[in-house]
Amino acid sequence: MENNKVLETIGLTKYFYDPVKFKVLTSIDLSIDHGEFVSIVGKSGCGKSTLLYLLSTMDTDYEGQILIHNELVTGKADKVLAQIRNENIGFVFQFHYLLIEYNVLRNVMLPGMKLAKYSEQELEHRALEHLKILGMEDQALKMPNQLSGGQKQRVAIARALINDPLIIMGDEPTGNLDKRNSDLVFDIFRELTVEKKQTLLIVTHDTDFANKTNRIITMEDGRIVS
Amino acid sequence: MNFKLILNIALHLLQARLKQTIVAAIGVTFSIAMFIALVSFMNGLNKLLDGLMLNRTPHVRLYNDIKPTEHQPITLAEAYQKNTNFIRSIKPKDIGKSIYNGKAIISYLKKDSRIIDVAPKITSSVFFNSGTIEISGVINGIDVLSEEKIFRISEYIIEGKVTSLLQNNSIILGKGLANKMLLTVGDIVKITSPNGNLTSLKIVGISQMGISDVDDVMSYTSLGTAQKILGEPTNYITDIQIQLHDKTIAPELSKEFRHKFNLDAIDYKTVNSQFETGSKVRNVISYAVGIVLLIVAGFGIYNILNMMIYEKMDSIAILKATGFSGNDVKWIFISLSLIIGFVGGMFGLLFGFVFSSIIDVIPFRTSSLPTITTYPIYYDSVFYVIGIVFALFTTTIAGYFPASKASKVDPVEIIRGK
Repeated sequence: MENNKVLETIGLTKYFYDPVKFKVLTSIDLSIDHGEFVSIVGKSGCGKSTLLYLLSTMDTDYEGQILIHNELVTGKADKVLAQIRNENIGFVFQFHYLLIEYNVLRNVMLPGMKLAKYSEQELEHRALEHLKILGMEDQALKMPNQLSGGQKQRVAIARALINDPLIIMGDEPTGNLDKRNSDLVFDIFRELTVEKKQTLLIVTHDTDFANKTNRIITMEDGRIVS
Repeated sequence: MNFKLILNIALHLLQARLKQTIVAAIGVTFSIAMFIALVSFMNGLNKLLDGLMLNRTPHVRLYNDIKPTEHQPITLAEAYQKNTNFIRSIKPKDIGKSIYNGKAIISYLKKDSRIIDVAPKITSSVFFNSGTIEISGVINGIDVLSEEKIFRISEYIIEGKVTSLLQNNSIILGKGLANKMLLTVGDIVKITSPNGNLTSLKIVGISQMGISDVDDVMSYTSLGTAQKILGEPTNYITDIQIQLHDKTIAPELSKEFRHKFNLDAIDYKTVNSQFETGSKVRNVISYAVGIVLLIVAGFGIYNILNMMIYEKMDSIAILKATGFSGNDVKWIFISLSLIIGFVGGMFGLLFGFVFSSIIDVIPFRTSSLPTITTYPIYYDSVFYVIGIVFALFTTTIAGYFPASKASKVDPVEIIRGK
């Protein structure tokens, strides 16, 4: 591999059409290297979340190009994109989005079961490992509604990690948490970058959180300003 | 696609909404059960009504009809071969009712592999003498054992036994006829044949077919006795009745025998065409009702799945975010629907069988049908196969539309909305 880029965008432009045509993102050029801990900050409505969802491949309505691991993903079919997300991207959202029908362990295992790279026993073992790192292994057999908000978010992080993704994307992962739990989540992210060289891209409006990351991307009116 | 995982997710979603799922499945169960019970009952009724007539009608009957000679002398005369000949006032010719060489034909037919059995018969109109009055009726001379094998006439004998006909000079009277003449088993009845012979016969049984037009005129005796009454030799028979393994080939066979034996032949379909129509209409009604019930159940499933999709928007969004494609999500909801359809359908078959069995033991007595004691039910595995196929088909269709809706859910919209 000639370069170390995990994620790259070329001239990314996005419009909203409702209620009137409105340019949300203007020609974004961005690249993120392996092992970076990046945060995107900006005022509400500056397009930072929109950018994240474009990068996540879930939103495909844009102009320009997105490359993941030097591979162009723009214009790929829904099925291929789903496969790419499954394999390469882990998500942590503001809301935990755990499936209430499954226990913690199964929730963590679910993306892995979809990928079907490991057998179920192996997967269970790996899920427990991740939960252990996050200090949640004793909660593995509980149902999500028996957990606190911070615990749920940690389970969501474990779920994001299960397929060893190239990058973890977070949309305000600490937005719903109190100070203590936010710090906990940040420490977990920190550890992941330091110990596992995990690439992280986090959208946040929490400046304290952002200031502690390696690289801060500031956005304003659909452009990157720094 | 990982069907095991998709099925697993579908099952968990169902468990979370167990009550609604059960209600949806009950809808399917109810309609399939009703369908099975209805179709079984309708078919039972059809078989009963058909049996009333069809079982009394041989699949093919060979006889001599009274009709004009097919080849009139002029068509045989060489001089007029090429002309178009008009002949007026042709009268039918009675070549005699007796089937010529009947015994040889019967033994030939008995060797035919398409034929179950052959029964010879003598039919003649007679007068029954009761005091000073004469009542016209019909006497059937039958080969008791063959007749019993083909038509199970013992089912229609309400007093006495059909085998008593094997005794000389015995007769079984139709119920209407016996009532008219105030006769019972053991009495003697006097009969005048068309050629004027007077015979006394002992009544050994009373028959009732349930059709009063028949019961008022019909009587049975053995072939030998009938020949004696009519003053005919022992090779005299007027009808040959043929029972086939496959009754659908009756029309072709009757044509074949007509040419082969130079006799008139008629198949059961021609004789009873109106009964076929009735059966068909009843079948159409029962299937139509079954399908309507299933469509209603389908709407129930459609509603519940639609609701479930709105409830599970978050789950759908995260499944899509973590790598499940729209197609995977669609299959999750289609399998949900299929599970409801399959489980509901299976219980439907079970309850359908139970309902049919219950109907089958409900007493149903009518004086016109002596052999029937309960409501008729016809059990056929084909109904059950149709039932489960219907169930799966409608639930798949009902599930497909909500499922494609779910597959189109935009995860970004859901996640950003939070």
